[in-house]
Amino acid sequence: HGPYQPHEPGYGLDQAGYSPYEDQIPDPQARMLAVKNAKAYLLKTSTRSGLNLYDHFANILTKILDEQPANTVDIIEDISKDVKWAQFRKKMDTLQDEHVFLPTFEAAEKCKALFVKEGGEEEREELDEEMGQPSLPNVMETAFYFEQAGIGLNKDESYYIFLSLKNLINVQPIQTCRFWGKILGLEMNYIIAEVQLREGEGEEEETGEEEEEAVAEGEKEMSEAEEEGEEKEKEAEPPKSTYKPPPEVPKEENGTGTNKYIYFVCNEPGKPWVKLPPVTPAQIVCARKIKKFFTGRLDAPVVSFPPFPGNEANYLRAQIARISAGTHVSPTGFYQFANEDEEEEEGDAYEENPEFEPPPVAEMVESLATWAHHVKGILKQGRCVWINPSQKSEENEEEEDEEEEDKEEGEEQQEERGLPLLTLISEDEGMKNIPAWTAQPSTYLIPQYSVAILQSNRWPGAYAFASGRKFDNIYFGWGHKYSPESHTPALPPAAQAEYPIGPGITEAVDPTVEEEMAFKIAQEEALAGEEEEGEEEEAEDD
Amino acid sequence: SLNCLDWSLLIPATKEMLALAEQLKGRFQGDPSFEYNLTEINAEAAARLTEGGKEPVIKEEARLIATIEQIDRAVGIVPRGAFVKTPLGSVHENRHFEGLSLVEAKKLSSYFHFTEPVNLKNKTLLEKADLDPSTDFLDSLEHDIPRGSWSIQLEKGGTVVVLRSLLWLGLTFYHVPMTKQFGYVYFGTGEKNLDLPFML
Repeated sequence: HGPYQPHEPGYGLDQAGYSPYEDQIPDPQARMLAVKNAKAYLLKTSTRSGLNLYDHFANILTKILDEQPANTVDIIEDISKDVKWAQFRKKMDTLQDEHVFLPTFEAAEKCKALFVKEGGEEEREELDEEMGQPSLPNVMETAFYFEQAGIGLNKDESYYIFLSLKNLINVQPIQTCRFWGKILGLEMNYIIAEVQLREGEGEEEETGEEEEEAVAEGEKEMSEAEEEGEEKEKEAEPPKSTYKPPPEVPKEENGTGTNKYIYFVCNEPGKPWVKLPPVTPAQIVCARKIKKFFTGRLDAPVVSFPPFPGNEANYLRAQIARISAGTHVSPTGFYQFANEDEEEEEGDAYEENPEFEPPPVAEMVESLATWAHHVKGILKQGRCVWINPSQKSEENEEEEDEEEEDKEEGEEQQEERGLPLLTLISEDEGMKNIPAWTAQPSTYLIPQYSVAILQSNRWPGAYAFASGRKFDNIYFGWGHKYSPESHTPALPPAAQAEYPIGPGITEAVDPTVEEEMAFKIAQEEALAGEEEEGEEEEAEDD
Repeated sequence: SLNCLDWSLLIPATKEMLALAEQLKGRFQGDPSFEYNLTEINAEAAARLTEGGKEPVIKEEARLIATIEQIDRAVGIVPRGAFVKTPLGSVHENRHFEGLSLVEAKKLSSYFHFTEPVNLKNKTLLEKADLDPSTDFLDSLEHDIPRGSWSIQLEKGGTVVVLRSLLWLGLTFYHVPMTKQFGYVYFGTGEKNLDLPFML
């Protein structure tokens, strides 16, 4: 045995006074034997795990000396456990390990698909010649401006979104496209793109659906009529309810009002884009009354009171419509009305003003009058343009009727007037003492490059920026409106009256015996009186 | 701090501050010396204060302190194993914490509230037997009321796990599995989401 290394037992034993057995074993021969015994004991293999203490200590000390952690004595037990754990990993298994696909790998595969350049250059050239080049929004530029304000996603994600928007444009016939924002959900998030399809493309699907609906309802009506006929023959019908549901407010046409844009969503960049259905006024009215988190699955039911007509895809679309109507702003004067004459509420068309001169950033921040809404606000009815629903006849099943019948049964609804398009946002009401918008420049230190940032307080998460001629709106958030008071759900309506109240079925107290007797006496007196009168009359006639 | 350049130290919260701050609703103003008029909000509390000889106002600074304390207490979370309790009772950072595995990171039960445990004693004996007293001395997130008030998501292809609290909208906790990195930040309006039961 040469000079003992520190990790070998026996180290220090040759120095006087350090041996544990000193008082028992005086002579060196026996001491060597004792050392050998000790070492043999340490080398004894454990029957359970196949390790021995000697090797284990050697490994521990090696690891400690290699890594030299601080306060070793405090964590020595953990180190010991780790060394043992390391032993188990090396055990060879007779079963072959299943090739585990790491979720990271799968996600990377999907993203890889985004990066593949689309083949078929000939196709692209043809497309370019026929239609105008569809405008791919420069997501990275917008992200840069928003980053000045501290809003936005990280660069990787922005770039992935950029690439998936490019894919979307190549797949769908799209005229204009914009990254609308991201809505967070419980299980997954939504990335939303606002799109305008080329004319004539999206309408075919819709009319197809409605025709089917009309046909189906027509059939249902026929079968109901037959049933009713049979029933009448058999027995008297139960009383028909006089309840007529309020006439349904028809939804706005595609391309106008709340349905001006079409929205595509996906959960993550790289996944296929799903088109959201157009929104109906009933959905908007209901969405105003409920407040629910999004789960991230488009087909999830929305359980609420009042019951929401539709599933999560419809609720998402309704919230997007409300947010767009409430928070999409642009510098005043950027858009102007297409026709100077048509400044009525129905005028939906606006176009860019070629003579627009952008006000300086300082001005944009100071006064809110330099910003204007460019999306129509939604009325209480749930549409942008008010329509009188009682003008549609109630017996007609078809909803595309354009005849105006002047039956005004039931209640008359008051005509609602909304704010005209392109109103300045300084006219937005705040809640209590909170203004509706907060404006800030992005930096006070470098005014020549700062950007005007606008934060909405009514819809927390909606931002807008403007710098010279460039501006954009975006939304990052949970998708709910802000209210200083807590949300109170609607109370269930009062129970309906079961039957019309009338004298025929109203309860009345039965007359008591005394009353009956009194009534009888009175009647007899009356009769007696009449007979007397009759006799008198007869007497007179005579 | 209002501009990340000049910082001022906040005092720790007192029970009075917490009780008073719960009365206040609405957004913060942005000015630490702004004073809320308590008489408008709650006449009783104001009366109590005036009896004590103080003015019936709350400074926004106090509200800020109370809100920070509430957030930390309610939703400040750490992963399991990041902190250990010594037999003497003191709690230390676990130098040997190597991070949660991917499977563990997706479970709510691997995260703990970093405050005095409330529910620990209510567990059944069976559950208690499985606990490791050095690492399991805090409340886990599983039993948070209402159920589902945490949203757990994997980002970046599964390399980062992000938990978002739905009770305090804006509290985000991140952890990179198999590494020591974790932390939480709050970006938001500083208001508790009292509508949570309606929203789930």
